[in-house]
Amino acid sequence: MLNIRLYMAQRLSAMVMAPLVLGHIAVMIYAVQGGLSTAEILGRTQGSVWWFLFYGSFVLAVSVHAAIGLRVILHEMTGLRGRWLEVFTCGIGVLLLIMGARAVLAVTFA
Amino acid sequence: MSDRSKLLEVSVWRGTGDEGAYETFQVPARDNQTVLDVVSWIQQSADPSLTYRYACRVGMCGSCAMMVNGVPRWTCRTHVKRVLRDGALQVGPLRNLPVIKDLAADMDPFFDKWIRAGGVHRPSRSRNDPIQQVPPDDPGRVEANKGIECINCSVCYAACDTVAGNPDYLGPAALQRAWTLYNDAKVEDRQAVLDSVSGAGGCHNCHSQGSCTRFCPNELDPLSAIAGLKRASARSFFRRGE
Repeated sequence: MLNIRLYMAQRLSAMVMAPLVLGHIAVMIYAVQGGLSTAEILGRTQGSVWWFLFYGSFVLAVSVHAAIGLRVILHEMTGLRGRWLEVFTCGIGVLLLIMGARAVLAVTFA
Repeated sequence: MSDRSKLLEVSVWRGTGDEGAYETFQVPARDNQTVLDVVSWIQQSADPSLTYRYACRVGMCGSCAMMVNGVPRWTCRTHVKRVLRDGALQVGPLRNLPVIKDLAADMDPFFDKWIRAGGVHRPSRSRNDPIQQVPPDDPGRVEANKGIECINCSVCYAACDTVAGNPDYLGPAALQRAWTLYNDAKVEDRQAVLDSVSGAGGCHNCHSQGSCTRFCPNELDPLSAIAGLKRASARSFFRRGE
């Protein structure tokens, strides 16, 4: 149930995610090693355009990547196809985008 | 040395369409015996109504493939000794295809997908043009040669879990054929080949599990052919923007 466009969207979003995941892990290790408190972390992220772009692009890439991946799993496990498969794909994408956007906005907007 | 008293316990799928069950036969064991020999013995000596398909008996025609102990194999070149499990054998119709009767699978979906994957030669010259010279060491020819020994036995198609989960998927044999044509210097419209395999059931659905390459009786490598199609279509995507 993948055509070339969905395939490329999933691969390209994976390419975006890969360095961002490494960056995220590096930041987590830094925060834990340095013993940063929640307030200190929020002090660095809130109002920062860079952190907004970093996690914002991650959320965008995840929404595209995961929605297409789950689409394939659902089709191959249940045989769902046609309009409902499109609705499911878009629904998962929008759901992840909203949830991720809420989290990003919460830590980057003061 | 032949042991004439030994018997094989062979369960064979009997039935039409979706209905059926395994029926067990006692078949004399021989020193040299293929799975096709066993099936033929049952049809000739135990139950003449058993339906199965074969032609050449030497691994060239690709018509005798069946599931043997759950694994797709060309039965004419599969020695019983190699696949026997505790003196028993289970023979069924090919997986991922409808059953006509007993061991004869309906090959129509397999060949229909060949056509859908553009498995038809689209020549670049007419009969009035001089014959195109193709150097044997041309890289495209070398790549195309890797897939031309396919005998269309459908073993790769039966082995493919992606076909099992996604009936629209074109399958390894049809995609390998497309890759052969894509690399053929005599094919004019290569983009048409890529377009044929870039739709909803195309090469991008392959999960690279590799059962096709693992089970191909001719030791071909459809997995690499499909990977080649993915690379070529990705390059085309960037070039054309779609």
